[in-house]
Amino acid sequence: MIERIKNCFLDLQEEQRAALVTFTMMGDPDIERSFEILKGLPNAGADIIEIGTPFTDPMADGPVIQAAGQRALKAGITLTKTLELVQRFRKIHKNTPVVLMGYFNPIYIYGVNKFIEDAKSAGIDGVIIVDLPAEEDPEFCLPAIENGLAFVRLVAPTTDVTRLPFILKNSAGFVYYISITGITGSNVAMSSKIAESVHTIRGHTNLPICVGFGVKTPQQASEIAKFADGVVVGSALVDCIAKSLVENSSDSLECVESVHQLVKSLSIAIRAAISKEPLK
Amino acid sequence: MKETNSNWAGPDDNGRFGIFGGRYVAETLMPLILDLEKAYGSARADKNFQSELQNWLKHYVGRPSPLYHAEKLSEYLGGAKIYFKRDELNHTGAHKINNCMGQILVAQRMGKKRIIAETGAGQHGVATATVCARFGLPCTVYMGATDIERQKPNVFRMKLLGAEIKPVDSGSATLKDAMNEALRDWVTNVETTYYLIGTAAGPHPYPTMVRDFQSIIGKETKQQILEAEGRLPDTLIACIGGGSNAIGLFHPFLGDQDVNLIGVEAAGKGIESGLHAASLSAGSPGILHGNRTYLLQDNDGQILDAHSISAGLDYPGIGPEHSWLKDIGRVEYSSVGDSDALEAFKLCSKLEGIIPALEPAHALAYVIKIAPKLKPDHILILNMCGRGDKDIFSVAESLGVVL
Repeated sequence: MIERIKNCFLDLQEEQRAALVTFTMMGDPDIERSFEILKGLPNAGADIIEIGTPFTDPMADGPVIQAAGQRALKAGITLTKTLELVQRFRKIHKNTPVVLMGYFNPIYIYGVNKFIEDAKSAGIDGVIIVDLPAEEDPEFCLPAIENGLAFVRLVAPTTDVTRLPFILKNSAGFVYYISITGITGSNVAMSSKIAESVHTIRGHTNLPICVGFGVKTPQQASEIAKFADGVVVGSALVDCIAKSLVENSSDSLECVESVHQLVKSLSIAIRAAISKEPLK
Repeated sequence: MKETNSNWAGPDDNGRFGIFGGRYVAETLMPLILDLEKAYGSARADKNFQSELQNWLKHYVGRPSPLYHAEKLSEYLGGAKIYFKRDELNHTGAHKINNCMGQILVAQRMGKKRIIAETGAGQHGVATATVCARFGLPCTVYMGATDIERQKPNVFRMKLLGAEIKPVDSGSATLKDAMNEALRDWVTNVETTYYLIGTAAGPHPYPTMVRDFQSIIGKETKQQILEAEGRLPDTLIACIGGGSNAIGLFHPFLGDQDVNLIGVEAAGKGIESGLHAASLSAGSPGILHGNRTYLLQDNDGQILDAHSISAGLDYPGIGPEHSWLKDIGRVEYSSVGDSDALEAFKLCSKLEGIIPALEPAHALAYVIKIAPKLKPDHILILNMCGRGDKDIFSVAESLGVVL
């Protein structure tokens, strides 16, 4: 439901702070532990939860998220099972928005209309599909929005101002600004440069703008929280899982704990950041 | 020379061939894809560009390639009159350079400073490294670690030509993974870099652009067969991995309804074994590498690994125009396994003194199967799209010979 995302940003507006948006891959390191991670995210401080659904050929992802996708596929996760996890999550957490991020083929094979219906009834509020640019909107974006599922648009540094109105026309929930030209987990760009881009995008949309790709530390998150409406952290959290798997026994819950710890410190940093640009 | 029927001029404005094709790429790449579409459109319409390309094809690539009557093979098989379109005689030993020559000129027009490419058998990598050497542009080639192992001569050639080879270990470490890695490089270095895709697949406008550059094969073939026989051929046969040599041969004949067109995929160890690369024969429509096309995939939309003795056919997808041509029934698609391709490889070497690449050896195996049943006045043209020098090590291994 788009409303859950709207309400989340309205609440944050009252608190005058940016959202912490977390990304973890469903099925990583296995289905149950990915649920344990998911379940604890709101209490650790995540305001919006992005969940990844794996694809064998993730062309926009760096090595960290590629590896997570491989672990998840090996663990037997599917789109159907991902939706089941969200359903379980919704029994516990009614208000935290959940946005599903992935590539189009698994959804296409699942069936676009069936997916939109099942995703909504599972409690998913929005989707981010990496390989569906605005040129392909009739296929998925339009039916999703018509049915109350937010289609979160990705805006890149290569997107120029003449293109912005076209790609922002059909978008809902929030706008996701990709801070760098690159794959997930690359080094973050200069925050002054990102601020400038966020400012430009604000001229073309009333939707909240979240910034992601490359944000790893609480300090970087607090920098971006000063001018953006949300900060997305993904690879750094996924990396916690990878490291924990190396250091602990194969069924250890330490990975769950270490993800939640990092989310806590990111959340503290974002809450401490003072907004320079008024949030919408 | 008869021009192609304009009904076959597709795709539409959105890069679609029926439901296939399209532009399924990340937003970061989209503005660049649109730039490329514009740049290619203006190049295509520019007479100077076309004549410059013709000049390079003639003096550097060595076109036109001969249309050769394979008399001994025809006699041996005792049926159809078989011709080879000798694209293995091109500079660098395969049809791949036709496309590289065209695209490097487009890259130049766009002012790009760096070229990246993916390669499977290494033929496209060699052709890309070659034009980059000639035009003085740095070149990075992504190649699956498995393919590096089985195509060592080509790896060395690329290095000699000054290219940087980046091994790809992810997934099955073959062509599809090399393409993923090239796309990741492109998304990172999008402003300066030109991605020189080697087959008629990927996001629009690549399938159309690569087809156009490869269509020189079919255009020459048409003219040459009319000169040799005074009529159009009965059957054209080409192997299919991504499908660039096949679409290049077929496209100028699509409007000639009496010409049978047959594409031959790699059946690896057999379709029923699951170890094959026959996306048209055994796959289903899906989205990968920027386009909708037939893919090898499971019920959850995850891509399956392809298998073939031929690194150039070892790809779980296919160019979108082929998917469309299959669905409308204009082209017939069949498949041939590793062992039949090896037999054809040996037979052609001995009978015709031509060592074919393992890729066209698949098409040749199909010719061997059907030619004896055809009449002597049945004209059949096979696209000999590459030579087999690169394959001698892997063929020797398959035959149990230590070199």
